[in-house]
Amino acid sequence: MAQSAERVLDHVELFRGPEYQQMLAKKKIFENPRDPAEVERIKEWTKTAEYREKNFAREALAVNPAKACQPLGAVFASVGFERTLPFVHGSQGCVAYYRSHLSRHFKEPSSCVSSSMTEDAAVFGGLNNMIDGLANSYNMYKPKMIAVSTTCMAEVIGDDLNAFIKTSKEKGSVPAEFDVPFAHTPAFVGSHVTGYDNALKGILEHFWDGKSGTAPKLERKPNGAINIIGGFDGYTVGNLREIKRILELMDIDHTVLADNSEVFDTPTDGEFRMYDGGTTLEDAANAIHAKATISMQQWCTEKTLTFVAEHGQDVVSFNYPVGLSATDDFIVALSRISSKEIPEQLARERGRLVDAIADSSAHVHGKKFAIYGDPDVCYGLAAFLLELGAEPTHVLSTNGNKAWQEKMQALLASSPFGQGCQAYPGRDLWHMRSLLFTEPVDFLIGNTYGKYLERDTGTPLIRIGFPIFDRHHHHRSPVWGYQGGLNVLVKILDKIFDEIDKKTNVLGKTDYSFDIIR
Amino acid sequence: MSLATTQSTAETRARNKELIEEVLKVYPEKTAKRRAKHLNVHQAGKSDCGVKSNIKSIPGVMTIRGCAYAGSKGVVWGPIKDMVHISHGPVGCGQYSWGSRRNYYVGTTGIDSFVTLQFTSDFQEKDIVFGGDKKLDKVLDEIQELFPLNNGITIQSECPIGLIGDDIEAVSRAKSKEYGGKTIVPVRCEGFRGVSQSLGHHIANDAVRDWIFGHLEGDGKPKFDPTPYDVAIIGDYNIGGDAWSSRILLEEMGLRVIAQWSGDGSLAELEATPKAKLNILHCYRSMNYISRHMEEKFGIPWCEYNFFGPSKIAESLRRIAGYFDDKIKEGAERVIEKYEPLVNAVIAKYRPRLEGKTVMLYVGGLRPRHVIGAYEDLGMEVIGTGYEFGHNDDYQRTAQHYVKDSTLIYDDVNGYEFERFVEKLQPDLVGSGIKEKYVFQKMGVPFRQMHSWDYSGPYHGYDGFAIFARDMDMAVNSPVWKKTTAPWKEASSVKLQAAE
Repeated sequence: MAQSAERVLDHVELFRGPEYQQMLAKKKIFENPRDPAEVERIKEWTKTAEYREKNFAREALAVNPAKACQPLGAVFASVGFERTLPFVHGSQGCVAYYRSHLSRHFKEPSSCVSSSMTEDAAVFGGLNNMIDGLANSYNMYKPKMIAVSTTCMAEVIGDDLNAFIKTSKEKGSVPAEFDVPFAHTPAFVGSHVTGYDNALKGILEHFWDGKSGTAPKLERKPNGAINIIGGFDGYTVGNLREIKRILELMDIDHTVLADNSEVFDTPTDGEFRMYDGGTTLEDAANAIHAKATISMQQWCTEKTLTFVAEHGQDVVSFNYPVGLSATDDFIVALSRISSKEIPEQLARERGRLVDAIADSSAHVHGKKFAIYGDPDVCYGLAAFLLELGAEPTHVLSTNGNKAWQEKMQALLASSPFGQGCQAYPGRDLWHMRSLLFTEPVDFLIGNTYGKYLERDTGTPLIRIGFPIFDRHHHHRSPVWGYQGGLNVLVKILDKIFDEIDKKTNVLGKTDYSFDIIR
Repeated sequence: MSLATTQSTAETRARNKELIEEVLKVYPEKTAKRRAKHLNVHQAGKSDCGVKSNIKSIPGVMTIRGCAYAGSKGVVWGPIKDMVHISHGPVGCGQYSWGSRRNYYVGTTGIDSFVTLQFTSDFQEKDIVFGGDKKLDKVLDEIQELFPLNNGITIQSECPIGLIGDDIEAVSRAKSKEYGGKTIVPVRCEGFRGVSQSLGHHIANDAVRDWIFGHLEGDGKPKFDPTPYDVAIIGDYNIGGDAWSSRILLEEMGLRVIAQWSGDGSLAELEATPKAKLNILHCYRSMNYISRHMEEKFGIPWCEYNFFGPSKIAESLRRIAGYFDDKIKEGAERVIEKYEPLVNAVIAKYRPRLEGKTVMLYVGGLRPRHVIGAYEDLGMEVIGTGYEFGHNDDYQRTAQHYVKDSTLIYDDVNGYEFERFVEKLQPDLVGSGIKEKYVFQKMGVPFRQMHSWDYSGPYHGYDGFAIFARDMDMAVNSPVWKKTTAPWKEASSVKLQAAE
């Protein structure tokens, strides 16, 4: 028996001993297992160009896609407003999934309710669920706003949120003047980034355009402020705080819309804060008067920015600006729009990032990378790699579209390091597996699920993306701003150095290169 | 010592009743009436816990429950390792349940095993408008081509499938025929069916009955020689290796495990199960249906067991042995004796650190009752428990065999109720799920996830008990819980710091 009270072995070690190994070997005969030689043959076949061709010919099946569904993004955006409870109309299991998913990434509570529709609602519609649900949520959780979105069930049966909310208010579920913005977020259209866009647009539309006909539309009285939209972002906590710091340094009057940087990073001090921070409802309404709105992620805010532009504001969008040039562009845009000087401190921060790149670029230069993730994240990371002299050989975005591909390809074409690099829209991680086998790279950048690719192909994984379930707390540090660029550079360098050490640590064989100084 | 243990049973009862009344005040009248039926204080001697269960959750209250898809794909079918399980519909359901339940298995993932892959038909608008059967047909072809060593395929329906009128049964039959009788199982586990995960378990059980047992060919002879000691483990999902640390005990006592349902299980094991002499059932809730069916159809008896904590393990080993001859009965005694030194050492080490500590549970399946014995083996007391998706037969078992007088019972508890209960009862430990974990930790209450073992485990069996004891100790006695108040702040201003 391997187990003992002195040294308790859990699953990592317990099953490695002979007792369990023999037990598992004996279990095989009941499994009717495949011939090991055949398993080996197929395993090798999946690494070939022939398999890649068949794999890329897939038209219907998705295997390990790197995207989630719309309501996740809607929930993510909604909790970024002051005391706002996301309410997802449809089946209840979906909400259990969103909450779990966000909690596993942020290691934080994630509050959200469902209207718990079942078979009868599928037949008769979910109006009663909405009426009861809003009343219960309002009484129990004392929100200042309830932001409604939908699961695919409610979308398939065609529930009309606008009418349902109106009826619920008439029935007294919530006071008539209580804010209940809404967005239809069908899971069979787009992805979580689309849901973010729809929910945010729904909220702005609610405040700016007369609260579904219950209030006068706001009249824009332009001021000098700038609105910032972060987009769906696993690093929202660190990133939005960094952006706010930069805006304050530049003395720019600003509103961060959907600011969930507090609610996903509350202290452990004896109190559970179901709501914390967030864009105030007043600020959300007054955001109409801003001079301009800047989106940090174009593909998360296509509809929202169009809506904002229609209200007369300048709109500017970035693609997850990471690194030197992208941050430069962002800072310069801030200065241009606000007519504020760029303070010396930012120049110094910039200089430090340049310094770090100069110190270390020899280790990154010429390395080949595969990247996957949300469309903007891919773009931002690829752009940073190019300026480090690295080659983003494969850039894959399951929720990227043709327009993304064109923009991505144009970026790659613009750099000598992007030649021969390829963007893959609509593809999944099983496609990526074929790419890594047939056109190997040095490193892979992606979310936690990339560890399966690392295991199968031996390509070391640098964890940047969403979700990150198996590493803790990285979301608390920014990847935007010059400081964020430095953080990303360090993540990449740490992996590169770890790999060199791993390759050179065999005693008496390879350890002549096991250097103390690198 | 927490408040709970300083009171008499009568005082506890009165306080718990008062607490329920207080919590119900937040609700609109109609909701209060409905929720009142799900909350109770257990009275010793009653045949159940006095709560209604398996009833629709109330909209807007933040139920912790999931859906039928979660019960079928996430629980019952997903762990069958040599079959490909398609999340049929939009991308989300499969994405959120991808790899998150830690159903351990041994196999070459992506080649002959597929548990931690996310297969989905990724429905787009056109599939909703025009129907998804053609897409499903193509999905099955593509799986056959790219994953040729799969031993079967299941189709796990997401909400839209049942709403748009797709005929996945017809597609399954046709494709099965096309592939020479391949096992293809359509499962109608759309998320809107039923009130929780529970109906998904039932639907998944029925799919095994109809599409696996219903299609057994020939004389059903297993590919191995039967013995009088063949048993099947039913309802162990091998989370963190639970089924393995259970199987080893059964085999040490002389039994032969011919199938695991469904953690680290395979299609061949499902098919061979009708040849078992006894089905031993851990998670009654999720797999009693198929156990009853096998009893009726094949005459296989089944017996429930509990492998959490040494008291229940010994009781269960003896109960299982009771179905067999003296050789097995002696085997059970031998196993109990063999592990006694380990059990004694674990208890000697951890019990002094945990004695008298109170626990509140809220979990699914079998755990709201099954783990109580393990806590008691460590000197801890469970003062509140409830089921996410239990039925009355679960509450009967709980009342008759597990909970003490005046235990607080909460069925389908929601965020608001659970937080208030914990705030008032101040347990030393809460055991629940990922959605609850960080809420209670913020409040300063030690917490362990009792669905996923907080990524530890196994917790089943004697080897698992040592891990369970270690984990509970590290949660309750972590130095961090003494640090939740800043030294310059008054301790009295802190809500819910676990009382010492």
